[in-house]
Amino acid sequence: MTPHGNLKVAARGDLEIEMKRVFNTSRSLLFDALTRPELVKRWMYGPEGHSLPVCEIDLTVGGALRYVWRLPDGTEMGMTGRYLEIVRPERIVHTELFDEDWTGGETLVTTELYEQGETTLLEMTVRYPSLEARDRVIESGMSEGVAMGYDRLDVLLPTIAVT
Amino acid sequence: MPIDPLSRTLSAIADPTRRAILARLSRGPATVSEIAEPFEVSLPAISKHLKVLERAELIERRRQAQWRPCSLRPEPLKEAADWLERYRVHWEAQFQRLDQLLDELGAEEPDTPTGDRKEPL
Repeated sequence: MTPHGNLKVAARGDLEIEMKRVFNTSRSLLFDALTRPELVKRWMYGPEGHSLPVCEIDLTVGGALRYVWRLPDGTEMGMTGRYLEIVRPERIVHTELFDEDWTGGETLVTTELYEQGETTLLEMTVRYPSLEARDRVIESGMSEGVAMGYDRLDVLLPTIAVT
Repeated sequence: MPIDPLSRTLSAIADPTRRAILARLSRGPATVSEIAEPFEVSLPAISKHLKVLERAELIERRRQAQWRPCSLRPEPLKEAADWLERYRVHWEAQFQRLDQLLDELGAEEPDTPTGDRKEPL
């Protein structure tokens, strides 16, 4: 089957997607990796072959962020947002809006970091402006097809939705 | 309201009672009273949930006189799971690179305590 990492993704209510993942590092280092442009550029560049040539972060409340991804064919995809809450090193709330605005408005991203001994739990909740926007998100660059096995639907169900 | 099938599925399974009903039906068809048995809600409330699931095409009911057993239609659930799986794969690939980066950063700063640093932004 697919090589499963420990990332859990679930739909939450009608508008949100929730992700949870544990990282083998301290909370402060993970916070840095999520907010320092020179570090963000090294991992958040999308699928292999893509890059993140522009990553500007003004990590202050009301401060702006600007990301531009470059696709293998040279196409660029830009995104702008601003920070609404910053509680170092545990919580960030920011908005995101792609230049093409395929979501029909801003998405709201809440990132929370919890210390768990030597590790840190990352919880990221993305709130889309509409049900349709949430469902369309996959078409924007997450096109790798994956097949799953469904031997146990009762096991599968909690992985699809949380309330 | 016109709504795409994926949204309809996710919306239908956002409710814990409806998820429990689907989990029950994944073990085989059941009548309404059989489905309602483990729940502390009324039969009409269960019927309402079943209607939502039926509209979302997650279950079907056979027309066998009074008896009408409900059974699961797994296809929409599989589509929803596939959709989330693509989301998961996309982010997991990035998070694996982040793991690697964090390893490197951790190695560069072997003396950094695991606690949070105190300096301001």
